[in-house]
Amino acid sequence: MNRRFSWFNATSLTLGFAFLYLPMIILVIFSFNQSKLVTVWAGFSTKWYVELFRDEAFLNAAWVTLKVAVVSSTVSTLLGTMAAYVLVRAGRFQGRTLFSGMIYAPLVMPEVITGLAMLLLFISIGLDRGVFTIILAHVTFTMCFVSVVVSSRLATFDKSLEEAALDLGCTPFDAFKSVTLPIIAPAVISGWLLAFTLSLDDLVIAQFVAGPSATTLPMKIFSSVRLGVSPQINALSTIMISIVTVGVITASLVSKRSIARQRAEEQAAVRN
Amino acid sequence: MAQPANRPVFAPWTDPNEKPLIRFQNVTKRFGEFTAIDNITIDIYRREFFALLGPSGCGKTTLMRMLAGFETPTEGTILLDGQDIAPIPPNKRATNMMFQSYALFPHLTVWDNIAFGLRRSDMPKDQIPARVEEMLKLVRLEKFARRKPHQISGGQRQRVALARSLAKAPKLLLLDEPLGALDKKLRQDTQFELMDIQEKTGTTFVIVTHDQEEAMTVASRVAVMDHGRMIQVDTPDRIYETPNSVYVADFIGDVNIIAGTATPKGDDKVSIVWAEGQAPIAATAPGALTPGTPVHFAIRPEKVAIATQKPEDRANVIEGTVEDIAYLGNISTYKVALPGGQMIKAQVANDRRIARRNITWEDKVWLSFTDTAGVVLLN
Repeated sequence: MNRRFSWFNATSLTLGFAFLYLPMIILVIFSFNQSKLVTVWAGFSTKWYVELFRDEAFLNAAWVTLKVAVVSSTVSTLLGTMAAYVLVRAGRFQGRTLFSGMIYAPLVMPEVITGLAMLLLFISIGLDRGVFTIILAHVTFTMCFVSVVVSSRLATFDKSLEEAALDLGCTPFDAFKSVTLPIIAPAVISGWLLAFTLSLDDLVIAQFVAGPSATTLPMKIFSSVRLGVSPQINALSTIMISIVTVGVITASLVSKRSIARQRAEEQAAVRN
Repeated sequence: MAQPANRPVFAPWTDPNEKPLIRFQNVTKRFGEFTAIDNITIDIYRREFFALLGPSGCGKTTLMRMLAGFETPTEGTILLDGQDIAPIPPNKRATNMMFQSYALFPHLTVWDNIAFGLRRSDMPKDQIPARVEEMLKLVRLEKFARRKPHQISGGQRQRVALARSLAKAPKLLLLDEPLGALDKKLRQDTQFELMDIQEKTGTTFVIVTHDQEEAMTVASRVAVMDHGRMIQVDTPDRIYETPNSVYVADFIGDVNIIAGTATPKGDDKVSIVWAEGQAPIAATAPGALTPGTPVHFAIRPEKVAIATQKPEDRANVIEGTVEDIAYLGNISTYKVALPGGQMIKAQVANDRRIARRNITWEDKVWLSFTDTAGVVLLN
């Protein structure tokens, strides 16, 4: 095999990564810009970060976003896991194909339509729009993602483990709690993380269902960008990028370490 | 299981006063159009080691899953200790199952796997550790109690699965292809271990297997199944020596099957005309046969003798040519072609060194067997 690092490889790698990361790098650099003009470099400064943390409206929006993301991802993980379990485990029942199709439909549904439909629903039942309606809407559109992640794990799950639990005296609920759930936990957690990030950066649906009392961070960013890009937004985006980066790296390190440990243990077992 | 002559023979199925532990009464199981179990009636007794043997798809696993409670019969009843078990869910049954995949809980240690069922039983909490230790000792895994299932070998996993299913002291233990994942040598050792554990604990074992050697080794009785029916239920030696059909004779071990027409000769003797230019086979068949009944004559290769000189004192003598020799170390199987083109296998124990043996390929040989060596099968 030719393992030489050829010019062709180097070029395509540079182009690819530049395509992916250049916009973000520029954003990060300009968040440390002294000047108020976004595109003119005038020296290093952290003043936009200081200003950001003084801005009540931004902090408020961040708090709303966090609340919405935590509550909606938790609820949608609960519902999505239940849906996945029933669809994978309950066997053939009347209309199973229809139900599984309907669960996954929001995956491909344009967000504009979901948002509009939610808005119409909330208006027709007279629900006051605010944090609560954003949470409801986010549960609706993130649930299917959780369901997809969890059901793909359940599909490869050895069903005889559950049967063994029943055989050893578990009630069906106990079997789920003490055998199934611990084993599918990684999938449930990654489903939660997926729902959390989806909720965190949703703009379209929130735009429809949020009332005047609740503004999420993406909404706030979008509306302030319309008045002109301020370096404050750059600072905020840099913070979000670093949070996501740290999170992703930590998660991969943890899983890598646990795989390495498991491998070492397996080798120890073979030697005995 | 072979029993020494000085001990009473274990055969509760011959005792009319013995109450069966399990009774299948006209049990049928259908999955949609497919009939998995077709009207089975059978009794299994306490302390039996009962083997369900058959090719895949014959219904043996379905039968076992009905005992465990994962399937319910479409028709008929299953009684465990005189009680209909159809309405009892699996977690309330006095049966435990050892799964083909072992189904060990990967997130729990060996210890916690074995304690899993005990913690959900009415056993007092302070007695559980002693019981787990006892089980670990039974399967010789004391040193591995703190390991997780992925940290032990396949054979050890198999023993954990056995310990876990025995921990609650079930009335009935179900074993679904328990040794299928082990290699041949380990499988043979484990078969004897299983028999030993079965005898020590006095539990009734029902084992599902497609390996006829395994069934013959471990079982007190073997049920040969095909297409959801029980073809023959009997002790291993009777299944082998007196199969009731061509299917059973062919499924268990190696056999020569010769088709012909039988004519009774009195005293249970029959003569079977089977090929032109060959003398009829003299054989024994209990019961009256009408002359000209089409039959199959089945004879095991080890009951056919092979010689270079024509034997004088045997009831049946056939001439042929050695076509092939399969040398297996302890035995050799000679495939002998008869003038009519038929093949008959003869098996000889290699009690002499290979250089001393005088039969080789293309040799003219004489095959012979007595008139009681084979069985006459009507179906």
